[in-house]
Amino acid sequence: MKTVRSASQAGKPRLTTSAMIASIASEGQKTKPAPFGHALVELARSRPDVVGMTADLGKYTDLHIFAKEFPDRYYQMGMAEQLLFGAASGLAAEGFMPFATTYAVFASRRAYDFIHQTIAEEDRNVKIVCALPGLTSGYGPSHQAAEDIALFRAMPNMTVIDPCDAYEIEQLVPAIAAHQGPVYMRLLRGQVPVVLDEYDYKFELGKAKLIRDGKDVLIISSGIMTMRALEAVQALTNDHIEAAVLHVPTIKPLDAETILREAGKSGRLVVVAENHTTIGGLGEAVAALLMRSGVHPPFRQIALPDEFLDAGALPTLHDRYGISAAEVARQIKQWL
Amino acid sequence: METSTKTLTNAPTLADRAYNVRRNALRMGEVQGQGYIAQALDISDVLAVAYFHAMRYRPDDPSWEGRDRFLLSNGHYAIALYAALIEAGIVPEEELETYGSDESRLPMSGMASYTPGMEMSGGSLGLGLSIAVGMGLGLKRKKSDARVYTLFSDGELDEGSVWEAIQSAGHYKLDNLIGIVDVNNQQADGPSTQVMAFEPLVDKLQAFGWFVQRVDGNDLGAVVAAFDAAKSHPEPKPRMIVADTLMGKGVPFLEQREKNHFIRVEQHEWQLALAALESGRQA
Repeated sequence: MKTVRSASQAGKPRLTTSAMIASIASEGQKTKPAPFGHALVELARSRPDVVGMTADLGKYTDLHIFAKEFPDRYYQMGMAEQLLFGAASGLAAEGFMPFATTYAVFASRRAYDFIHQTIAEEDRNVKIVCALPGLTSGYGPSHQAAEDIALFRAMPNMTVIDPCDAYEIEQLVPAIAAHQGPVYMRLLRGQVPVVLDEYDYKFELGKAKLIRDGKDVLIISSGIMTMRALEAVQALTNDHIEAAVLHVPTIKPLDAETILREAGKSGRLVVVAENHTTIGGLGEAVAALLMRSGVHPPFRQIALPDEFLDAGALPTLHDRYGISAAEVARQIKQWL
Repeated sequence: METSTKTLTNAPTLADRAYNVRRNALRMGEVQGQGYIAQALDISDVLAVAYFHAMRYRPDDPSWEGRDRFLLSNGHYAIALYAALIEAGIVPEEELETYGSDESRLPMSGMASYTPGMEMSGGSLGLGLSIAVGMGLGLKRKKSDARVYTLFSDGELDEGSVWEAIQSAGHYKLDNLIGIVDVNNQQADGPSTQVMAFEPLVDKLQAFGWFVQRVDGNDLGAVVAAFDAAKSHPEPKPRMIVADTLMGKGVPFLEQREKNHFIRVEQHEWQLALAALESGRQA
């Protein structure tokens, strides 16, 4: 049993919510509502083969936007994730392109064999779109998908995407539709921060993008950790540390060329930051790539620990497990 | 088969077809020295009726859009389906000699990526009906009148996912689905009814909104009638045929062998089994 922690740590007030759905936007941050839902509606206008499917989580994966616009192209499969993905395979076999949504925990942990056998093995054109990736819920391990990327990376034929913000999600929906084959996409839903629009960013499937350059440290990140890294850059700059940020939204296939090019530049600490367990995610993928290629920079990992994570308020948990912007900055300073 | 004008007077009967399916399966078993032969023999009559009475397909174009889909959920029955696909002319008879061998298109567990006419990758049990639900929905979207047949085993009824699919097919009133459950009352750890009680199966399926028939799956006339009724039934419901079958059917010494999920057949017994099948046919 967990021990109760003291009411406040370092004088911080105790936050009081361990709600299932928590915003990842910081106060006052620019956001957009339901970017996936709106992008899918836009795509579906020109792609009559697109259908939407969910397992009783339409509202919580922003698919309700699509359902409202195209009710006859929307399939509610009930709270049954194995059925959801088996049926998605069947619809894909008949020439449709299902976007099937649920939470990342349920796709990766409960329905893994169905996705493996009926979608990946048969190379069906199903887009698996999953909310609450990594540690984006304070609800506890039942809803914290700390290992989803490890599981889907290990599955042949599967493309794995971890987007950073609303700006990227809008771009990647048509991009994954243009790709023939199964895709696992981590979803940020609700009011989603907009960050990358300020960096002249363009999403390309399979490409890592250097968001900013810097001579002291290279942060290689995906998903919300790119957002956190960019926030951490401010704090590092104040301490005269120049940080580069390489955003890697496509975890599989990994953009080996760009990662090796950037990590191979001498004199920089390489830090891989991911909203995922240390096991089997972007960090280990990059580490293995560097080792295989004979590129050996100083290397550190910012990732969730290999343990069942606590329930609690997200800001508390992100601090506790080292993935808040402040913690990212603090750890990097310590390593330099 | 898509042969609306059958003029040959000596055309094979369904009994001939069932015999040929059994013989093909036994020949494959002999090649490999093993196989789920008792299941293949029990389901041969159902497959003969499916492929030579009920279903629409083109042997030279297994992916023809207008075909009825046949999903083999119990992938270990592949030896039986290959036997039917060979008899139907979808897989060339000479490939029978490759069954289960390296580089063969006929692996021991059925997979869509290997074999023409194999619509899904089974092996992991309980997948088929979920895929069928998606195909049924997709065919309706396309306004196709093709049907989806799904064969699965009584042991698969233990899988919760099977009931997810059964419930959703009822919900969506998928009258283009025809499920066939092979009740041979044998699964890996013993008699299916003892491993996990699944009766009263007909009542359960009816309660889930299905049109259900229970037949002797080794009585060709009864199986034909069941497929006919499943196709013509007027209610907007998915259809299930519960087929009670006898493992080893057609080869008396295998019918009488102690019941087991994987019946061992000694190398010298394959020819004896073929001979017993032949003599049973003449009797």
